[in-house]
Amino acid sequence: MVTLMGVAVVLAVLPLFLILGSLILKGASSLSLGFFLNRPAPVGETGGGVAHAITGTLMIVGVAALAGVPIGIAGGLYASEYRGTRLAWITRFVADVLNGTPSIVVGLLAWTWVVATQRHFSALAGSFALAFLMIPMVMRTTEELVRLVPDSLREAALALGYSRWRTTLVVVLRTALPGIVTGSLLAVARVSGETAPLLFTALGSEYFSFDLERPMAALPLVVYKYATGPYPEWHKLAWTASLVLIMVVFALSIAARVVTRQRLGRND
Amino acid sequence: MGRFGASFITTSTWDPVAGQFGAWPAIVGTLLTSLLALSMAVPLSLGVAIYLPEFAPGPIRRPVATVIELLAAIPSVVYGLWGIFVLIPFLTTWVYPFLEARLGFLPFFTGPVYGPSVLSASIILTVMIVPFIMSVSREVLLAVPSGQREAALALGATRWEAVSTAIVPYAKSGIIGAVILGLGRALGETMAVTMLIGNRHEVAASLFAPGYTMAAVIANEFADAAGGPIHESALILMALLLFGVTVLVNAIARLMIWRVSLGRGNT
Repeated sequence: MVTLMGVAVVLAVLPLFLILGSLILKGASSLSLGFFLNRPAPVGETGGGVAHAITGTLMIVGVAALAGVPIGIAGGLYASEYRGTRLAWITRFVADVLNGTPSIVVGLLAWTWVVATQRHFSALAGSFALAFLMIPMVMRTTEELVRLVPDSLREAALALGYSRWRTTLVVVLRTALPGIVTGSLLAVARVSGETAPLLFTALGSEYFSFDLERPMAALPLVVYKYATGPYPEWHKLAWTASLVLIMVVFALSIAARVVTRQRLGRND
Repeated sequence: MGRFGASFITTSTWDPVAGQFGAWPAIVGTLLTSLLALSMAVPLSLGVAIYLPEFAPGPIRRPVATVIELLAAIPSVVYGLWGIFVLIPFLTTWVYPFLEARLGFLPFFTGPVYGPSVLSASIILTVMIVPFIMSVSREVLLAVPSGQREAALALGATRWEAVSTAIVPYAKSGIIGAVILGLGRALGETMAVTMLIGNRHEVAASLFAPGYTMAAVIANEFADAAGGPIHESALILMALLLFGVTVLVNAIARLMIWRVSLGRGNT
């Protein structure tokens, strides 16, 4: 039985190396400076890059984080600082359920609320969908970390005459902040790889665009389009774009983990 | 959205141009791929979740856990890309012919072998949900009080007996919760499945045939809802159904996980 479980470990770990291996094998060869600086070349020509998608991802995810992270933190603070109340329980349960909502459904929601009312696709709608996905993730980590703040700190602040909200903001949030930063980074990492919510919100585009009101390209959309397209040049670009995407996502999540480990000195 | 009625779920003709919308193939495809993926992922991930804290040699615990968490961080388009260009060629040249030769007497493994198929989609889903089931059930297992293990060992149980009689039963409802959470993930997974399932509105007995899932239908057809507003609302209704199912699944999973973390006494 124990041997069987050892086999399970090997089987579970294997895909990561297979995937990374093929990404590097097929993607690294066309990784060049031009790939980060140029727009895609017309089919049939070599070269070309995905610079428009890199800036697009940065902008869409950046705007989403600006909106999603503060709301998530506020919600998490409420759910744990006022943990006895009915509203806190409901908040927590809703966040848990939203955490499991398929991202395509969130994309459709953003479509009905933003795209359909504005009558055109926009990067802003994409940011809206991603923010919607981030809020429950950030909320849950915030809540769990705030709960680790010792009560004696709260009591000390209250005893010094701080009001409840000031205690929460100045003492509790401050103490939990490093962990919350980590959690937010992880949420950003996860959201940057999302494709489904962007399909009918940001839509994708072939051009540089810095206008949030217009459709915008994003790395995951580029990968999807090129991977399912018919041209070998496209497939090659898709591999390289995936490699870039995965490096961004891994860098964010590994950085986040390293920070937590140093702060908490956890060993599990 | 009420205009579709029950025939939306029960009929299987999907023809946006003629205004006929039967979601049955997509519903079956969704359930089939998810359950197949679950049946492969559960033994695998539970094996890892139990092995790591209880039996694994110390130095490999941390790296294996990290690797599996990184697997969870891979974007699903990347899984899809890898599925199309690496997994499918591998499966069609090595695995599927073998399955057809050995198990061809079963209706599931007959017929022409397509690359993009229900089975391919299920396999990529398996790879994707293993990390989720594993990390949640690992947390649940770590939440089991060490008194349980120590008591069993003190009574003369071997490591394996301690695990199978004292620890796993204690965490049972949490583990089931983790599995259901994985099911929720699988039901809603869009990109990788869209890229691998072959996208055909049909219920076929063979797992080698292409199919469709609800999420994939939405992803493929919504951007250019060719059939006009009715097509659009059919797709939104599909999303609503999908959302309802995942909310239900997730709510059940959460309640079961909470039962373990709150301790059994006060439920």
